[in-house]
Amino acid sequence: MAETVRENPLLKVEQLKMYFPLTKGLLSKTYSWVKAVDGISFEIYPNETFGLVGESGCGKSTTGKCAIRVLQPTEGRVVYKGRDIAGLSKSMLKPYRRELQLIFQDPYGSLNPRQSVFSILKEAVVLDRERHTAVEANERVDELLTLVGLDPDMKSRYPHEMSGGQRQRLGIARALACNPKLVVCDEPVSALDVSIQAQIVNLFRELQAKLGLTYLFIAHDLAVVRHMADRIAIMYLGKIVEVIDSDHIFREALHPYTVALLSALPTTDYYQERKRSRIILEGEVPSPVNKPAGCAFHPRCKYATETCRQVSPGLRNVGRNHCVACHNVAV
Amino acid sequence: MGERILEVRNLCTSFFTHEGEVKAVNDVSFHIDEQEIVAFVGESGCGKTVTQLSLLQIVPAPPGKITGGEVFFKGRDLLQHKPNSPEMRSVRGAGIAMIFQEPMTSLNPVFTVGHQLTDIIMLHRKVGHKEAWEMGIEALRSVEIPEPEVRMRNYPFELSGGMRQRVMIAMAVYCNPDIIIADEPTTALDVTTQAQVLELLVSLVKQHRKSLIIVTHNLGVVTRYVDRIYVMYAGRIIESGSTEEIMTKPRHPYTIGLLNSVPKIEKERSEKLIPIKGAPPWLIDMDPRCTFLPRCSYACEVCETKEFPKLRRLGESDHFIACHRDIAGSITGSTTGRLDSAGRHDLGGEAHG
Ligand SMILES: Nc1ncnc2c1ncn2[C@@H]1O[C@H](COP(=O)(O)OP(=O)(O)OP(=O)(O)O)[C@@H](O)[C@H]1O
Ligand SMILES: Nc1ncnc2c1ncn2[C@@H]1O[C@H](COP(=O)(O)OP(=O)(O)OP(=O)(O)O)[C@@H](O)[C@H]1O
Ligand SMILES: [Mg+2]
Ligand SMILES: [Mg+2]
Repeated sequence: MAETVRENPLLKVEQLKMYFPLTKGLLSKTYSWVKAVDGISFEIYPNETFGLVGESGCGKSTTGKCAIRVLQPTEGRVVYKGRDIAGLSKSMLKPYRRELQLIFQDPYGSLNPRQSVFSILKEAVVLDRERHTAVEANERVDELLTLVGLDPDMKSRYPHEMSGGQRQRLGIARALACNPKLVVCDEPVSALDVSIQAQIVNLFRELQAKLGLTYLFIAHDLAVVRHMADRIAIMYLGKIVEVIDSDHIFREALHPYTVALLSALPTTDYYQERKRSRIILEGEVPSPVNKPAGCAFHPRCKYATETCRQVSPGLRNVGRNHCVACHNVAV
Repeated sequence: MGERILEVRNLCTSFFTHEGEVKAVNDVSFHIDEQEIVAFVGESGCGKTVTQLSLLQIVPAPPGKITGGEVFFKGRDLLQHKPNSPEMRSVRGAGIAMIFQEPMTSLNPVFTVGHQLTDIIMLHRKVGHKEAWEMGIEALRSVEIPEPEVRMRNYPFELSGGMRQRVMIAMAVYCNPDIIIADEPTTALDVTTQAQVLELLVSLVKQHRKSLIIVTHNLGVVTRYVDRIYVMYAGRIIESGSTEEIMTKPRHPYTIGLLNSVPKIEKERSEKLIPIKGAPPWLIDMDPRCTFLPRCSYACEVCETKEFPKLRRLGESDHFIACHRDIAGSITGSTTGRLDSAGRHDLGGEAHG
C-alpha cells in the first residue's frame, strides 16, 4: 500500500517526555519520577481531528497540555507551524496563545461562577487584539453564542443557571473567541448525558467544517473518539501503542491492548453483543512511577515473550498510516 | 425464572426543598423475579438511584419522603415498617444488598478493608472474629483480588478503583441477600476494568442464584447481561420490556432517541449522530402532560392536550410504553441515523439482517 502524500503537519510532536518529580522531606528532595508521558511522537495535519484514547492516568491530558505548551515538556520537540515551541519562554509564547486553545471536560470547573456569560465571553474576545470597540466586542459575543447554538439572550445568565450541555457550549464559545487554529478538546463530552453528548459532538464537527479548525480530541470513550477523529492514537502508560485511521480501527487494529479495548467496548447492538466474546484483561494498569521493564503492557499481555519483558518496542509503520508498537506484529 | 421476589406498586418519593416539591420518583411500578437480572436506565437525575434507595427506606430525610406506594418483598409490604425498625434493618444487607455508585464514599476510609469485611460478615453470618477474617479472605479471593491476605490489611485508598468496587461486591455477596442492587457499579471505572468487574458481578450472582438490579445510564454496558430493562425519564418509567425488545424494537421516542445518540463503532463515521433536542425537565411543578413532549419529534395533537400517558401493554407482549402515540419503529441495523423528509427518524420496521 502506498503512503498518501500529505501536506506539512500543523503540529509535530517528537519524542515528547513529561516527567513529574515526586519529592519528600524539607528540602523537597526528588526521590522518584512520574513518567506521565514517556517519549511519544505524532503529527496533526491542518483541518484534521487527531484522537487520543486510553485509560485513566495514561497521560492523555498531559500530552494535550504539552502540545499547546500549557505545560513545558521535560524533553522532546513540539513543532507548531514549523517552529519548535517546546522551550519557548512565556513572553515568546504569547503570539501562539490565541491560536492554541484548550476545552476542558468539566465545563463547570473551568468557568468562573461569579462571571456572567457575557463577561466570560467579553474577556476572551478582548484578548483577541484584532477587536477594539465595545460595540464590536458585543457583536462578537452575540456571534459566538449563535455559533455554538446558544440564544444570545442567555448573555445575562450565570454558569450555575445553565445545563451541563449549555455550559459546555459556553466553554466552546470561549475557546473560539480568538479564532484558534488548533483546539485541544480534553474529554469535552465525558461529563454529559448521552442525549446531550450527541448534540455537542455534532457541534464540534459543524464548527470544524465552518471554521477550518484542527482538533486534538482526547477521550477515554473509544466510540466517541472514533466518531470524531480521522486518526486515533491509543495510549498506554505514557506511550502511544498504536496509531490507526478511524475507519480501519474496528477491523484492522493489531496491538493486543487496542484489541482488548475494542472487545470491552459496550455497544447497543443486541444481537452482536449477545454473541460477542470479550477479552478480559488480567490485572491492573501499573503505576507510571514503577513502570515495568520492556513493553509496558507485557504483564497483562497473553502473547508476551522474553523480548517483550526486556525491550520496549518502538512504533513501526505497517502501512496505510498504521503504526504499531508491538514485537509480535510482523511488518 | 423463579417466583416473584419483589413487586413495587405506584411508588412515589419526593424531596421537599425551598424551591418546591421535587418529584424524584413518580408513580413507579416494577418487579423482579428470583434469579432475574434487570436494568434501570436513564439519564442523570431521572430518579434511578432514589427509586432504589426508597426500596430500602434510606432516602435522606428530610428533605426526602416516600409519599406513596407499596414495596412487596417476599410478599410483605416493606413500607408498612418504619425505616429504623428491626424488620427493615434485617432486610438491608441480608434481604436486599446495595452496591453504591461511589465506592470510595461507601467504604469507610479510616478502617482497613479486613476490618469492614469482618464486621459485615460477623453481623450477617453469626460467626466469631477469627472465622470471619478467614471468610473475608475467601470473599476477596472470590472477587479475584490477588494476595487477599495482604489486601485485608490495606485501607481503601490503597486500592485501585476497580479493586474497591470488587470489595463492595464481595461485601454484598457475602451478606447472602436475595437481591443485589448495583447502582452504576462501573461508571467510575475504565472500560477494561468495567468489563472485568461486570463479568465478575454477573457470574457471582448467577452462581449464587440471586436476583440483580443494575442501575446505569449506559444502555450498552448492560445489553449483554440483563433479562429485562426499565427505561426511566423525569421520575417515571416510560418503557419496559425484555432486553431484546427494548434494544431492537424500542417504541418510546425517548428510548429511540437514546439509542440513536450513541456513536456506533461498527457504523460509518460520516453519519451524523441524532441527538435528542433540548434537555430533561425540572422535576418541580411538572407539566401534567407528557414530560418528554418538548423534546419529542413525534409529538402530535393528542400529546399537546392530554395528560401524561399511563404505561400500557403493547399487544400480548411484556413490552410497555407510556406514550400516546404508537410508533411502530425499529432502530435495528441500517435504519439508525436515517432521516425522512420531515427530518424525523426513519420508521421503516425492517427486520434485523
Ligand atoms: N502536576 C502533576 N504532578 C504529578 N503527577 C501528575 C501531574 N499531572 C499528572 N500527573 C500524573 O501523570 C499521569 C498522567 O496523568 P494525565 O492527567 O495526563 O492522565 P489522563 O490520561 O489524562 O487521565 P484521565 O483519563 O484520568 O484524565 C498520572 O499518573 C497523573 O497522576
Ligand atoms: N437530597 C436531595 N435533595 C433534593 N433533591 C434531590 C436529592 N437527592 C436527589 N434529588 C433529586 O432527585 C432526582 C432523582 O435523583 P437520582 O439520584 O435518583 O437520579 P439518578 O437517575 O440516579 O441520576 P444519576 O445518573 O446522576 O445518578 C434528581 O432530580 C435530584 O436532583
Ligand atoms: Mg485527563
Ligand atoms: Mg444515581
